[in-house]
Amino acid sequence: MNSAKTKRTRNNVIVHIILAVLAVIWLFPIFWVILTSFRAEKGSYVSTFFPKSYTLANYKKLFTDTTILNFPRMFTNTLIIAVFSCILSTFFVLSVAYCLSRLRFKFRKPYMNMAMILGLFPGFMSMVAVYFILKAVGLTEGSLIPLALILCYSGGAALSFQIAKGFFDTIPISIDEAAMIDGCTHWQVFTKITLPLSRPIIIYTILTSFIAPWVDFIFAKVICRANADQYTVAIGLWKMLEKEYIDNWYTCFAAGAVLISIPIAILFLRMQKYYVDGLSGGVKG
Amino acid sequence: MKEKNRSYVGRSNPSLSQILQSGGTKTRLSALVMGLGCLLHKQVIKGALYLAIEIAFVMFMIRSGFHSLAMLAGLGSVPQKEVWNEELQVYLYTKGDQSILILLNGLGIIMIIVLFFVIWRAGMRSVYRAEMLDRAGSHVPSFTEDLKSLLDENLPYTLMTPPMFFIIVLTILPLIYMICMAFTNYSKIGNHLVLFDWVGLRNFATLFDRSSVLGGTFWKVLLWTLVWAFFATFTNYFFGMILAILINRKDTKIKGFWRFCFVLSCAVPMFVSLLIMRTMLQPEGAVNVMLRNVGLIPAGSSLPFFTNATWARITVIVINIWVGVPYTLLQLTGVLQNIPADLYEAAEVDGANQVQQFFSITLPYMFYVTTPYLIATFTANVNNFNVIYLLSGGDPVTNLASTAGDTDLLVTWLYKLTIEKQYYNIGAVVGILTFVILAVGSLLTYRNTKSYKEEGGF
Repeated sequence: MNSAKTKRTRNNVIVHIILAVLAVIWLFPIFWVILTSFRAEKGSYVSTFFPKSYTLANYKKLFTDTTILNFPRMFTNTLIIAVFSCILSTFFVLSVAYCLSRLRFKFRKPYMNMAMILGLFPGFMSMVAVYFILKAVGLTEGSLIPLALILCYSGGAALSFQIAKGFFDTIPISIDEAAMIDGCTHWQVFTKITLPLSRPIIIYTILTSFIAPWVDFIFAKVICRANADQYTVAIGLWKMLEKEYIDNWYTCFAAGAVLISIPIAILFLRMQKYYVDGLSGGVKG
Repeated sequence: MKEKNRSYVGRSNPSLSQILQSGGTKTRLSALVMGLGCLLHKQVIKGALYLAIEIAFVMFMIRSGFHSLAMLAGLGSVPQKEVWNEELQVYLYTKGDQSILILLNGLGIIMIIVLFFVIWRAGMRSVYRAEMLDRAGSHVPSFTEDLKSLLDENLPYTLMTPPMFFIIVLTILPLIYMICMAFTNYSKIGNHLVLFDWVGLRNFATLFDRSSVLGGTFWKVLLWTLVWAFFATFTNYFFGMILAILINRKDTKIKGFWRFCFVLSCAVPMFVSLLIMRTMLQPEGAVNVMLRNVGLIPAGSSLPFFTNATWARITVIVINIWVGVPYTLLQLTGVLQNIPADLYEAAEVDGANQVQQFFSITLPYMFYVTTPYLIATFTANVNNFNVIYLLSGGDPVTNLASTAGDTDLLVTWLYKLTIEKQYYNIGAVVGILTFVILAVGSLLTYRNTKSYKEEGGF
């Protein structure tokens, strides 16, 4: 009995040590960025883990030094794109998910198959073609670029309906039927019954589509090309690490990274639950 | 009762031949003059709309549509020329043909024709329905009633049309466009960036030919892509599962804290953490400097994280574990908790230890339940652009003649071919082949899985 107990304690200690070591490994880069963002010495090459002296100048420079890399401008650009693409995508995703979950129509199955097949194509394959198409309608010049990006981010949104559809599937259909007997139209059922019951998934959809423009960088780069005025935050941060800027901007990059990570981290931690539910809904099938 | 039946018949979707056979003269004439039947059945606004659409379509086709379609065959042949203008004493440029625009216009026209056909068919149905209702002597819906039905039984069409429009314009049209490019010589090679022609399957032949530079690169990149996808998927899967089991053990304290530690790293935007990793692992980056300071490697030397092919490949796989495990942890925790507890209790009674339990209960159950998830992850890893592009950028390039580095996947190579090298046709072929490999692969594995063959049999 006693030996079994010591064995258990020993196992417990080992497990906790392993977890602690792993947690340190996983958190190390994050601590490192936070420390770098407060570091007073310039440049990307350091000899110590902890900075020699601390400063807030990096954050200040990010918002005041607008001559080469205009961070405030990039921030507003991204904010505008994020707000509009989030409205459009949320509308698309929710309406498509509702139709597929609740209504039966002829191209329902074909649509779901089409979404699956399109998902197998590498997304970057058609990127050049999207650029040509947007160019042909004149959306790739100057101040129309944000519009082009909004369309890019929200245009394909309706193909990732699975999580929202999984959620709608869990709402009992008898509620809809009762409302229909009382004379509701499908539209009224959608807006007055399903949507109010789906607060979590609406929040989830809004947040994910709001975050996308902040973290996407490939599409933004291809569409913006050399139009520095229209850069989004992600391209700006990428630029700061290029050879000609890295010496002066490295610590500012860390500051910018911390700034956009904080809100996203908070959002992510809060909606973790929906993320898991949505995915495991798919796995349980 | 009879009327109800009739109206039900009217609501079902009759085929076109059925409509033309059993429809009256009005309906048959409507095939030529859209909306005529509606007009005659007192659906004036609806009929006028259909008619207006037909007139607009015909006008459009005559003015530019047929021309664009005809150009599609040759993709244009008039090069841009310099012409000396005597009056102004300058060289003027004549407007030459631009093959990409001709191709885009042609595809656009084809889409419009398809769209018109869909509208035409809907028109025929609506005329037929109106005629059937009229014949039965029941009420033909008015325009306001039609509009109202858009929010009721026709709601799917209302709600799906705007998203569908954007999917067609921004996803399907570009895809078809790129697929078309795979059959042209649109490439910097041979200077075909303005004018190009159809070349049939020649690009596919080049890529399958192992002796050519591009062909050799293709097979090498394909092999590495599969190796990468395999390791990236399974290292994450097992590591995430073991971590989830460790955290969720009965005796583990402060579970929430441990989970928070790992989840925090996937809350940081992926491109930020990948860029940080990249700068840390440079020859003069933080990791090498610290290793030198500690004395693990001699001063002045550095570990070749991204400069040696084998090192680079292992580095990207290891860092992918760092990036991916928190997600796997989140996703698998729920599934693990779903394993029926009595299985473990029975095993304990039989005297199985934890390792045995893991291999004979946990693993089989997890494989059984998560096969679709594994297939999806494998597919996502084959198309995993971010990790490779942001970490190594495909480096190191050991074979200078080829266009791909040693860690380039098919997708990152595709990106390099199109955006950097402007070999659009080859890039498109690579994209198509990636799709074919993924589609065939996932179909075959999915069909062979237990969860497909015997649904819910565990």
